Amino acid sequence: MAKTETSAPETQTTSAAVPFTRMAALAPAVAWLIPGAGHLMQKKWIRGLLIMACVAAMFSFGLAMEGKIYQPNTGDLLDILGFIGDFGSGALYILGRIFEWGGANITTANADYGTKYIVVAGLLNIMAAVDAYHIAIGKKQ
Amino acid sequence: MILALQLSHFSAAALFALFFSIVFGITQRNDPKEMLKYGAYCFVVAMAGMFLAGWAMWGLHH
Repeated sequence: MAKTETSAPETQTTSAAVPFTRMAALAPAVAWLIPGAGHLMQKKWIRGLLIMACVAAMFSFGLAMEGKIYQPNTGDLLDILGFIGDFGSGALYILGRIFEWGGANITTANADYGTKYIVVAGLLNIMAAVDAYHIAIGKKQ
Repeated sequence: MILALQLSHFSAAALFALFFSIVFGITQRNDPKEMLKYGAYCFVVAMAGMFLAGWAMWGLHH
């Protein structure tokens, strides 16, 4: 009985510290789909535009360097991780798959750099989506 | 692919450092001034690391 009395306020404190609002659900999803949009929808204009520019530029440079876009796979561990990274780019990845952008094979050092650019663009976008979530829940200004 | 961009090792690494520094600065700090400082710090560390790694590889090769 006493245990129940002590645990109830703790639960309230925890839920009060992280309020789950509609924005908290929407911001990371939108941020993943459209790089920078999670910040833009919360009126963080400069941050949103910078993230959008950086992720889009990295993805584009990667493609221009004939980088490879990974497909969903269950093969080599590095290929699986490559897909997870690429998938972080959201709409850019989906467009890349639809229009079959990217080189087929990594044959040159330049294409290898391009592949890494595309993977890291996705990873940076995931970081930005987490940041947008933190802003939405009030953990960050 | 029609457009095939050829970047040197240095420019590819510098461009990479620039982009990730900007996103790191924005996402890892709260205050705009701190963001700028941290972004610049990340860029400098990445460039310095690149030079050190470059010379280390040169040393191993020779």
